[in-house]
Amino acid sequence: MIEVRQLKKSFGSQRVLEGVDLRVQKGESVVIIGRSGGGKSILLKHLIGLLSPEEGDVLIEGESIARMSERPLLGVRRKFGMLFQGAALFDSLTVAENVGFALRREGKLTENEIAGKVGETLEMVDLGGTQDKKPAELSGGMRKRVGLARAIIYQPQIVLYDEPTTGLDPIVADSIDQLIVRIRERLAVTTVAVTHDMRSARRIGQRILMLHQGRIHFSGTPDEIFQSKDPVVYRFVNGISDPKESNF
Amino acid sequence: MIGFAGNRALAWLEGLGRIALLGVEVVCSLFSQRVNWRNLTYQLYFIGVKSQSVVLVTGAFTGMVLCAQTYFQFHKVKMDTATLAVVSVAMGSELGPVLTALMVAGRVGAAMAAELGTMRVTEQIDALRTLATHPVDYLVVPRLLATVTALPLLTAESIAVGILAAYAVGTTLLGIDHAYAWHNMLKYTQPQHVLMGVIKAVVFAAVLALISCYKGMHCREGAEGVGRATTEAVVYSSITILISNFFLTLFLTRLLGA
Repeated sequence: MIEVRQLKKSFGSQRVLEGVDLRVQKGESVVIIGRSGGGKSILLKHLIGLLSPEEGDVLIEGESIARMSERPLLGVRRKFGMLFQGAALFDSLTVAENVGFALRREGKLTENEIAGKVGETLEMVDLGGTQDKKPAELSGGMRKRVGLARAIIYQPQIVLYDEPTTGLDPIVADSIDQLIVRIRERLAVTTVAVTHDMRSARRIGQRILMLHQGRIHFSGTPDEIFQSKDPVVYRFVNGISDPKESNF
Repeated sequence: MIGFAGNRALAWLEGLGRIALLGVEVVCSLFSQRVNWRNLTYQLYFIGVKSQSVVLVTGAFTGMVLCAQTYFQFHKVKMDTATLAVVSVAMGSELGPVLTALMVAGRVGAAMAAELGTMRVTEQIDALRTLATHPVDYLVVPRLLATVTALPLLTAESIAVGILAAYAVGTTLLGIDHAYAWHNMLKYTQPQHVLMGVIKAVVFAAVLALISCYKGMHCREGAEGVGRATTEAVVYSSITILISNFFLTLFLTRLLGA
């Protein structure tokens, strides 16, 4: 469903992705882990065409999007929903307007039908009754839930999560993880998440990929990655810094 | 030194090219996409209604000071009754459109750049794109249409208020004979002068909205990036308005025969 071939990306003189190859099958749940600043979010943004690579290709259901211009890309993006790290809610709109944004832009449903769908989706993310609130009135966890509701209301085939639990306390983080799994099972969507939270990766992922030095360094099931003796993987999973490297 | 100047010139040309491409994208969007009426109405309210106090004060005091200064000079050569004719021609074709556009650039251009810049750094523009919405359709087109609609009306209002204020000052404070002043003003002010002002306002509006939206949508990360984009939007819009005004005056004077 998603295929990435030899993806390379630089910002100025800094090469962030050195030739990433990966495949995600339909219905699969893949988590990409790696150090902060290692290019995980950059890789995720390439999957939905928010960034274009210098070299390599990204194929969505066999269609290359790497060099597609913005207007044709809008059609491809209808297959995707994306939850941003800071939720990226439109702060001038209410929760209901945020969640119903894509349906209203599509223009196929009446206002009553959109309101009904918004209510249902907010119930799905356990936020019923918050329609009239503004994003500024919500906590971090609630903002992520609203962002998720906005991303799934039009029933996309693929949902991308950029650091879904970053900045949340462990209890809220666990509830977001459960929500991601529940949505994957209920809507049968393909899931790709990037995170450096190993507990979250274990709960969400059926397969975990580790991005290291701009390449996929390891790919395996959660059990395989937690039992790996590879020094890079082992240090990351167990949170052990390397005294020879600068770790910030 | 030459390398530095060359790089700056290239960066300037690149920016100019990108603003032109944004303009082309706006035109394509106008002909191929539905206009977001809700956004357009809000922008019309924000630009047209909320700028009233700024435009009224600017128009009135510009007309008054122009009247006073013209009178002081004309009085020396006993041409007092020509004062309002000069004021109305100057307000209609030059000061009305330019000063209104500069004031709106300061208020509206800065707000556009800051709002779009904040949306960019908080990934709201990326979120729009993931929701299959082109940022130009949703953010730029309503702002540009609203500015192009509101600024000519604000300019006309500013010209009218400026002339009225000048008339009031001239006939009451300065003692100009109001019958001669009125007669001379109508004699020397042509419809082309006001038409020139309104045409200029349309051009200034497009320039102002395009530059401000471009600066906001391409701002750098963080609070500093938003601050710089806002400053650049106002400075570049103002400079472009002043420079283009000179060429528009030459071109429109020939075209309209004003």
